Amino acid sequence: MAEQFMRLPHGGRVDRDNPRRFRFDGDEFQGLAGDTLASALLANGVHLTGRSFKLHRPRGIVSAGVEEPNALLTLRSHSRTEPNIPATMAELCDGLQAKSQNRWPRLAFDALAINDLASRFLPAGFYYKTFMGPTRGAWMYYEPWIRRAAGLGKPTHTADPDRYEREHAFCDVLVVGCGAAGLAAALAAARAGRRVFVLEQHAVAGGQLLSEPADSNAEQWRRACLDELTAQPNVTLLLRTTAFGLYDGGVVGAVERVSDHLPVPPADTPRQRTWNLHAERIVLATGATERPLLFGNNDRPGIMLAEAARRYLNHFAVLPGRRIVVQTNNDSAYAAAAELAAAGANVHVADTRANLDDTVIQPAAAAGATIAPASRIDSAQGYLRVEGVTLHGPDGRHKRRCDLVCVAGGWSPNVHLAAQRGERPTYRCDLGAFVPAGLPDDIATAGAVAGTLATADAVAEGWRVGGEAAGTDAGEAIAAPTTAAAPGYLAANNTDVGEPRPQQGKVFVDWQNDVSVKDVELAWREGYRSVEHLKRYTTLGMGTDQGRTSNINALKLMASLRGQDIPTTGTTTFRPPFTPVALGALAGRRAGPHFRAQRCTPMYDLHCERDAAFVTAGAWLRPWYYRTHGHDVDTASIHEMRAVRENVGMVDASTLGKIDVQGPDAAAFLDRVYVNGWRKLPVGRCRYGAMLRDDGFVLDDGTTSRLGENHYFMTTTTGEAAVVMSWLEYLLETAWPELRVHVTSVTDQWAAIAVAGPNSKRVLEAALSGVDLDDGELPPMGVRDDVCGDGLPVRLLRVSFSGERAYEVYTPAGYGDALWRRIEAAGADFGITAYGLEALGGLRIEKGHPIASEIDGRTTLEDIGLGAMDRGHKRFVGDVLRHRPALAAADRRRLVGLKPIDPRQPLRAGGLVFPNSARVEGHGIGHITSVTWSVELQTHVALALVEGGREREGDIVDAVSPVHDERLQVEIVSPVFIDPEGSRLHA
Amino acid sequence: MLRINCPFCGLRDHHEFTYGGDATVERPALSERSMEAWYQYVFVRTNPAGWMQEYWQHTGGCRAWLVVERNTRTHEIGATHLARDRITEVDRG
Ligand SMILES: [Zn+2]
Repeated sequence: MAEQFMRLPHGGRVDRDNPRRFRFDGDEFQGLAGDTLASALLANGVHLTGRSFKLHRPRGIVSAGVEEPNALLTLRSHSRTEPNIPATMAELCDGLQAKSQNRWPRLAFDALAINDLASRFLPAGFYYKTFMGPTRGAWMYYEPWIRRAAGLGKPTHTADPDRYEREHAFCDVLVVGCGAAGLAAALAAARAGRRVFVLEQHAVAGGQLLSEPADSNAEQWRRACLDELTAQPNVTLLLRTTAFGLYDGGVVGAVERVSDHLPVPPADTPRQRTWNLHAERIVLATGATERPLLFGNNDRPGIMLAEAARRYLNHFAVLPGRRIVVQTNNDSAYAAAAELAAAGANVHVADTRANLDDTVIQPAAAAGATIAPASRIDSAQGYLRVEGVTLHGPDGRHKRRCDLVCVAGGWSPNVHLAAQRGERPTYRCDLGAFVPAGLPDDIATAGAVAGTLATADAVAEGWRVGGEAAGTDAGEAIAAPTTAAAPGYLAANNTDVGEPRPQQGKVFVDWQNDVSVKDVELAWREGYRSVEHLKRYTTLGMGTDQGRTSNINALKLMASLRGQDIPTTGTTTFRPPFTPVALGALAGRRAGPHFRAQRCTPMYDLHCERDAAFVTAGAWLRPWYYRTHGHDVDTASIHEMRAVRENVGMVDASTLGKIDVQGPDAAAFLDRVYVNGWRKLPVGRCRYGAMLRDDGFVLDDGTTSRLGENHYFMTTTTGEAAVVMSWLEYLLETAWPELRVHVTSVTDQWAAIAVAGPNSKRVLEAALSGVDLDDGELPPMGVRDDVCGDGLPVRLLRVSFSGERAYEVYTPAGYGDALWRRIEAAGADFGITAYGLEALGGLRIEKGHPIASEIDGRTTLEDIGLGAMDRGHKRFVGDVLRHRPALAAADRRRLVGLKPIDPRQPLRAGGLVFPNSARVEGHGIGHITSVTWSVELQTHVALALVEGGREREGDIVDAVSPVHDERLQVEIVSPVFIDPEGSRLHA
Repeated sequence: MLRINCPFCGLRDHHEFTYGGDATVERPALSERSMEAWYQYVFVRTNPAGWMQEYWQHTGGCRAWLVVERNTRTHEIGATHLARDRITEVDRG
C-alpha cells in the first residue's frame, strides 16, 4: 500500500518537506514533521493501536489529545523505554520506535481476547471482591494469572540515562492553556506590561483553533496573537508544558517535555523540566473535551471523537476515513461533517435530535453530507476496524457500511485544575456540563472551561479576565476570529448519551478500564450508588486518562438509574496530577548522591587518602572502616577495635552535635533540660547527661562541659543534633523567655578527634607540645581549653566512649586537618590506628552504652538502665509523664546483653527474642538492637530490649530471625560486657 | 506552598520553616505535678476546622520561633508573631 495513503495533498500544519520514518510493532512507516504518532499512523490507515486493559478487545485512536483512553503505546527501547504514552501526545521524531501494549503474541491476534468471551467471569467488582470480600483468599490463587493478563505497558528495569531538572519562576499573571481564550488573556496581561507565563501542553499553541483549516481567518488570528506574544520580553511561552497541579500560594506545578520530541536529548539538555511557578494571579483557560456516545461495540477501532477527526483533517491533513457516519446529539459535529465531506469523504450524519436548526446543518448538507434527524446507532459491526453500523430512526432499522464513525456527545469543561483549588464543580443544566466553582480570588477562568464555548465569547472573556488579572482595564477587546465550529452546548433538556441498551454488542463507558453500561448497572444493583463508590467498584475513571471521556456519561447513567438529576448525583474529587508525570521529572537532579545534601567533616579528604570506606550517619559521611585494615568490614573493624583495647586508636568525632550555652541562667536552664543536675558541676569539669521529651521518653544524651561560671559546652548525638538545638530554642522562646540564656550551634565550628586506648595519653603528650596532660591537670571528666606551643588551639575533654583511657580533642574546624596529621604522626611510634564507625560501635556495645538503636524514642530512662540519674530533688522536662504507670509495667522491654551459647554464631540486629523453644508467633519478648564481635571476649555479643530486662539475667532464650530462617540459643547477661568497674579509664 | 511572613526575614516559602505544633495549648509550669495537666498539654488537641495558631520555627532562616495563624480549611496564612512577644503579651494580660 502506498505510504501515507490517507494524507491529503494540501492543507494542514505539517511540514511536507521533512518526512520522518518510524516503526510501529516492527513495521516501518513514514510520517511528516509536525505529526503526532497518532496522526502519522492514521495517515497510513492504521487505527488499531492496542488491546484493552481487561478484556483485550482491539482498540484504536479515539482522540487527538490528553484525553486519549486507548492508543497508549510503549515508546523507544532499552533504557529509554517508556510505557503508556498516548500516541496522540507523542510527537513524531525520526527513527521513533513504538510498540502496542497488552497483546500477545501480536496486536491483530491476541490469545487473551478470550477474556472478552469470558467477560461474565470478569464483571465489575471482580477485583474489589477478590481483594476485599470474604473470598479474598482467592487472590492468592488468581494473582499470577491476573497480573499477567491485566495491565498496561511494562517499564524498563535499567537506569534512565537522561537528566531531569527543576526550575522555580515567578510571574504576575500565569495563563494555563493557549486556545482562543488563553491567547486573549495573555495578550491583555502582556499589553499591561505584566510578567506573563503562558503554558501550552501541545507542541503548537492554539487549542481548539488548530481544528480550524490552516488557510482560515482563525489561523491568521492565531498567528498574529502568537507573533505579538513571543515578541514581548515580558512574556514566556512554554510549549509542550502541562500544568499538572494547582497548589496553595499561587503555585502551579508544570512539567515541560523539553526533549521528548527528539530521538535523544541534545547534550546539556534535560529530557524534562519540572517548573514550580509562583504566580500572583492565575487564569485557567484549559478548554473542554468532547464526550463520546454510547451504542453497541462503541469501542471498535475507527470510532473516534468528531472533534478529533476534524483536528486530523485540518491540522495534520489526514482523512481518517472515507465512508463516515457521524453520530451526534448537538450542533458541534456539523463543522466536522461539512469539512470531511468537502475533503471528499462520504458523510452521513445521524442526529439524535428530531428538530434541527437549518443554519447549523446547511454547510454540511451543501458539502454533500446526508443528515438524518432522530436517528441513532444501535451497534457497530467489524472487529479490528469498524465496518458498518446499524442505525435506527423514524424509518426503522437499517445497516450502513462505513470505515469511520465520528461521535459527538457534547463537551465537558476541563475543570480538573480549577477543582484542585476550588470547591467541587457545579452542574450547569443549560450546558449539560460541570463548571468550576468556589475559586479563590487569585484564580479566574476563561473560555470553554468556564462554559463559554463560542469562540467570540471566549476571546472576549479571556481579554476581560486577563486584564483583571493584570490589575488594569485592558480597554476594548481585541477582535475575535471567525470559526466554522458551532458551540457544542447541550440543550437544557438533552441528557442523551446515545443507546445504552442496544440489541447487539457491549456498550463501553470507560474504554481504558473496560467499564461497560452493564458494569455500571451491576454496581447500582449491588448498592454502590454514590459516585465515589461507583468509581472504586468499577474502576471507572481510574485509568491514566482519569476518565476524561467517560465520567459524565457514567454520571448520567447512574443518575437515571437512581432516578435523580446529575447535580444531586455529584462528581468525584479531582487531585493532581492532571496528566501522568514521570517520577524522574519530579525528582529532577535529586537522585543518587544528590538525593540530599551530604555533610563532610573537616578531615574528609584525609579519610579518602587513607582509603576509608564511608557510611552515611544522618546527613554525614563518616569513615565506616579503613580498607587498609582488612578486606571487609568485619576483618577491618576487629583489627581497629583490638588497637583501641590493646594500644591506641583515633577516630573522627567531628559529627557530634555541639551547642554553646551562655548566660547568667545557663546552669538553671541545663537543670531544667537535663535529668541530672548541673549547678554543682565545677568549672573545668564535664558530665554525662540525658534529656527527656515532655512525654517522658528519652530524647538524647551526651557530655556537657562547664567552661566558665556562665559558659557551658554541650555535645549531642550526631543524629539528634538539629532536633536538640530546635528543642532548646523552643523552650527558651516559648516556655521560659525569662531565662537569660543564649544557645548557639557550633557543630560546624569545631573539629573533634577522639584518641582512645592505654597509650592515648602518651600519644597526645607527643602530639600536643606544651599542653599539660598530667592526670592531676586533666583527671577523668576534666575539661581544659589550651594552646599548643606553636599556637594550635585545642579543647581537651577526658571522656571515654570505649571504656579505655580516652580523650576528645577539639580544635576550630580549620585546624582539623592539622590536628589529625599531628596526632597521626606522633602516634606512628606507638602504632596508632585510625578506626571507623563500625569499630566505634563495637567498642560501645562491649561497654553497654546505649545510642540511637536503643534510644529510639520509645525507651525510658529505666528501659536503658539510666533510671538512677533522676535523684528526685529537682524538676525537669518530662519528669511528670515519665512516671505514667504503663511505663513502669513489669513487661517493659529493658536493656540487656545477649551472648550466644555457641560464641561463633553471629546475632542479627533486628532479630526477635523468644522464650527458649517457644513457637515463633507474634513479636516475641524482645528484640536485638545492636550486635558486634567482642574482640576481648572472643564471642559475638548483642544488646537487646527484653521484657523484664535484667531480672532475666542467666536465662536461656532464643534469638530468632525469621527472615534468615535462623534460631539461636542465647544467654541473657549484663549489658556491660567488659570492665564493669570502669577501672580502665585510669589505666 | 504556603508563604509565611517572618517578622525578621519577611515573606518566605514555608520550606524554610519547621512546623512546631499547636500554639494554643498552654504549657504547664515546670512545678506543675499533675499528670492530668501534662497529659492534656502533650496529647489532647482540638483540631479545629478554620483558623488556628501554630508554632513554626524559621529553621532555614533566622531560627526564630513564631506563632503563625493558619486556616486549616483554606491553608490561608494570617498574622505572624514572634513566640517570645506573644508570651510577653499573655503575661501582661
Ligand atoms: Zn526569619
